[in-house]
Amino acid sequence: MKVLLSWLREFAPIEGDPHWLADQLSALGLAVEGVELLGANLEGIVVARVLATRPHPKADRIQLVDVDPGDGEPLQVCCGAFNMAPGDLVPFATLGTTMPNGMLIERRKLRGEWSNGMLCAAREVGLADLVDGIMILPADFAVGADFRTVMGIESDVLYDLDVTGNRPDALSVAGVARDLAAWLGVPFSMPDPVVESDASWPAAGKATVDIVDGDLCGRFVARLLRDITVGPSPQWLANRLTALGMRPINNVVDVSNYVMLELGQPSHTFDLGRVAGRHIRVRWARDGETVETLDGQERALTGRDGAICDGADAVIGIAGVMGGASTEISDTTTEVLLEMAWWDPMSIARTARRLGLRSEASTRFERGSDPEVIDVAMRRFVQLLRESSPVRMAAGEIVSEGNLPAPATVTLRTSRVNAMLGVDLDRDAIAALLAPIGFRSRVVGDDLEVQVPSFRMVDTSTEIDVIEEVGRHFGFERIPKRVPRPTAQAGALSEVQQDRRRLRHALVGFGLTEVMPLPFLAPGDLARAGLDADAVRVTNPLVEAESVMRTSLLPGVLKTLAFNASHRNPDLACFEIGHVFLPTDRSASLPDEREQLGVALSGAEAPSAVEVWQVVADVLGVGDWVLQADAPAGMHPTRSAYIEIDGTVVGAVGEVDPQVASGYGVERRVAWLQVDLTALFVLPHGARAYRRVSRYPSSDVDLAFVVAESVPAAAVAAALRAAGGELLVDLHLFDVYRGDRVEAGSRSLAYRLRFQAADRTLTDTEVSAARLGCIEAVTGTLGAVLRG
Amino acid sequence: MTTELDAVERARVEALAKVAAAATFAELAAAETEVLGKRSVIVELRKALGGLDAEGRRVVGQALNAAMTEIGDAVTDRRAAIESVERVARLETERLDLTEFSPRRRRGHLHPFTAAWERLEDVFVGMGFQVAEGPEIETEWFNFGALNFPAGHPARESQDSLWVDWGDPGATLLRTHTSPVQVRTMLAHEPPIYVVCPGRVYRQDTPDATHMPVFHQIEGLVIDKGISLGDLAGTLDSFVKAFFGGAFSSRLRPSYFPFTEPSAEFDVRRPDGSWLELGGCGMVHPNVLRAGGIDPEEWSGFAFGFGIDRFALTRHGVDDLREFWSGDVRFLSQF
Repeated sequence: MKVLLSWLREFAPIEGDPHWLADQLSALGLAVEGVELLGANLEGIVVARVLATRPHPKADRIQLVDVDPGDGEPLQVCCGAFNMAPGDLVPFATLGTTMPNGMLIERRKLRGEWSNGMLCAAREVGLADLVDGIMILPADFAVGADFRTVMGIESDVLYDLDVTGNRPDALSVAGVARDLAAWLGVPFSMPDPVVESDASWPAAGKATVDIVDGDLCGRFVARLLRDITVGPSPQWLANRLTALGMRPINNVVDVSNYVMLELGQPSHTFDLGRVAGRHIRVRWARDGETVETLDGQERALTGRDGAICDGADAVIGIAGVMGGASTEISDTTTEVLLEMAWWDPMSIARTARRLGLRSEASTRFERGSDPEVIDVAMRRFVQLLRESSPVRMAAGEIVSEGNLPAPATVTLRTSRVNAMLGVDLDRDAIAALLAPIGFRSRVVGDDLEVQVPSFRMVDTSTEIDVIEEVGRHFGFERIPKRVPRPTAQAGALSEVQQDRRRLRHALVGFGLTEVMPLPFLAPGDLARAGLDADAVRVTNPLVEAESVMRTSLLPGVLKTLAFNASHRNPDLACFEIGHVFLPTDRSASLPDEREQLGVALSGAEAPSAVEVWQVVADVLGVGDWVLQADAPAGMHPTRSAYIEIDGTVVGAVGEVDPQVASGYGVERRVAWLQVDLTALFVLPHGARAYRRVSRYPSSDVDLAFVVAESVPAAAVAAALRAAGGELLVDLHLFDVYRGDRVEAGSRSLAYRLRFQAADRTLTDTEVSAARLGCIEAVTGTLGAVLRG
Repeated sequence: MTTELDAVERARVEALAKVAAAATFAELAAAETEVLGKRSVIVELRKALGGLDAEGRRVVGQALNAAMTEIGDAVTDRRAAIESVERVARLETERLDLTEFSPRRRRGHLHPFTAAWERLEDVFVGMGFQVAEGPEIETEWFNFGALNFPAGHPARESQDSLWVDWGDPGATLLRTHTSPVQVRTMLAHEPPIYVVCPGRVYRQDTPDATHMPVFHQIEGLVIDKGISLGDLAGTLDSFVKAFFGGAFSSRLRPSYFPFTEPSAEFDVRRPDGSWLELGGCGMVHPNVLRAGGIDPEEWSGFAFGFGIDRFALTRHGVDDLREFWSGDVRFLSQF
């Protein structure tokens, strides 16, 4: 919503520096998004007479114009417009003038001809364009006179306000003025135009209105007008509309817009002679009914749209949204029915959105217009129209009432106001803050009974709504600041949140870079990654390529690897922690949303991923985990394993299936680790029981076994640990050998075992017994052979 | 006797010369054996002492002792000198050019969004808040209904939201704000509640320099007895000073959100007097408290929320949000 300071001042004596006033509007919740000083830069523009026009010898699109700028000396000007004739008076920017848009007027040549100034179009001097081309001034202006002076242009300030959805009143100049006047403590008054009606032409019986569906229309007021001459609006009115961003059309349309901007009440005009039966019925449309709207479009309606119908029950307009073509006023119109109504906000919002016809008018209806302003708005309409046309107005209004909601009466507890705002106001101070914005109060004990004004009835109906108004006009900035402190909790991250941080920082320390691919996938991405294609889908995606919610971090990370590879960074070690969305049980209220860790090391083999997993397990304090060789979806069939903790699968580790990687444009090996953190975090972890460090010497024993490839090293280690028992304090696989010196299909695994007791120095006998036990455990059960 | 004393003096001078001539530990050891060993001149002279009279034994014996001590000291000094030379030579062979180096292991990089997220969490934790979380795919009720968006509210039906094919059409969506976590927290915990809810949210925004369909917000919620708009203003001011610095301050401007009333925008005032619009806030609407199972007559509260990503943007002077989502290691490795 834009407002002009001069317009606001028609309602209240608002004074002050324009930027200070902008701050006051913002403090009221009418956020000022722009302040524009108008009419300030018109010095140097004078009234000039066109003496002659001649073609430019070398150009078709410009002509040469000789003008008299007031000193009788003809000046040649090049001009791109052709709408002026010798004798016309025009605005002329003399040399040295700086135009409102900042352009400096200088003597210059255009295609070889001198131009000694510029003839101005209305928009170039900040006014409304009523004709195409150069602005033609009234013939009685004095040649050479200062343009600003003869036009009566005063400096003005244009404010661009961001009006929030709860402020229907502020969608009018009057409403903004009321709020600002109350804040500044100056009186505000609504206009009360006096307009003569034609007593010999009573409205009664000349037209009738029937609200069939009262839940659609709360009030419908009609007045009958005739003898209107459709033509241009007065310049001042057109200027204001232009300043507020509306294009002047003709006097009838312009007045309708002007009244809407000024008072917030939209209106519509019907050619009464074309309304069948001179009767208007207001009802819900029937599914499939159609109407041709003013823009020439055929519109199909539904039972949830409001319809304005004629005496034959044919639809002649869409309630509150757009009028119909069949009753549009034209040159042949003699009688006009002027409509102003109050419509149900929800139905207007619904219809305007459904038809894509949101307008200044529908916005005001859907926020909630003021049914009580209709009477003033009707008179204002006629008063303004009479500035450019004779208007006969029939005596009396035609009024029809539907189910007009009544503004609420709200009990406002003084204690509640103070508790919610953190202030200490007494009852009367509260009433005094509310009165200037139209909320009348009645004292009830310590409290108030507050009558909500009609222009706030849609958004204000409860105590907290009124408290907000008290707070606004007390001033949010004046409320004393306090800092509450929780008394029963310490500020802290939860265990899971701390784990997540530890994990991230450990991975970064380990050389991995955190990436954030978009969580949306394209159809086909999952299948290309070897994963189940079933997923949660976005039904209204921006683009089809972002319509599938990821069920795994793998596709997004592979895209990241491919992107970097194509930018000459093929070796990347990265990770992501993010949510995945599994469509596990479609009868559940929400998808199975899980937090996942994905780690990718391009150019690295599976053991590198296992190494990262060991870091993860160690950082999180995960105890007994095992790797079960398997082929998880999307992963290398012979180089991958599930990670299990107490029989629960918490992830997978290994390499990405080369075919999958290649499908994403990644040609190197990719070591890959994925961990279901949601599953992992609920398992016991993080407990680190103290084990006394032995003060006694330890003994190291190296053992190498030839083990069949089918036996995992993990099984050998497990057997060694089981046999070594408490005395085996450390076990380390230090060499793996495959080659000529071991049997084909086997490899040699060399371990270093460290034996140590907590309470004594182990004897040689004890160490060799432990050694033998370990050897037997591996050779006896795993078919392994001790290497000599 | 003069003859013996001359012999001692000759032996001493000779011995000192031999020790001084030794250049290595091996030569020194040989010299030591030669001048002090069993077959050395000194030892021979000592053996010959028995042939002298008492006065001769005393005088020559003293001279011998003094010579032996002097030679012994010379050997020790010589050893130290050789040691020092050898060490210098050995260290020289170990010399390294520390600039002749290529790192084999590089550190990784935390995503700038994560860094901003953690900084914000830390400030609020320091102010006594705990951190709450919720799902990114939400029911319409948690995202809108429970937050006092009336049925048919423009935001509710608007195409700003990304809806998903879960349940009935219009039942489930990618949460458009972190506010659903407010309601989840109220339903899960009895007040008092002091939480912040950082998280990822979604809107149907075409990516450009300042918009992404996915971004991160942090939301604060306080429910306690006697909480007022003054507590909200004070808490935000305290946050602003803690996060930006003591020279920064804040203000509230009335605004409108369905889930708070009174509602406000909060702005940060920079030390140079300019303003930064940070986010929205307000007193939790009674209908939202009721949706969370909390009696609005007994408890009151405030909520606030703002974007996280812009802090990363301004902190590092990045001019395009899309960079953060590119996965480009040339970008990410700068942080």
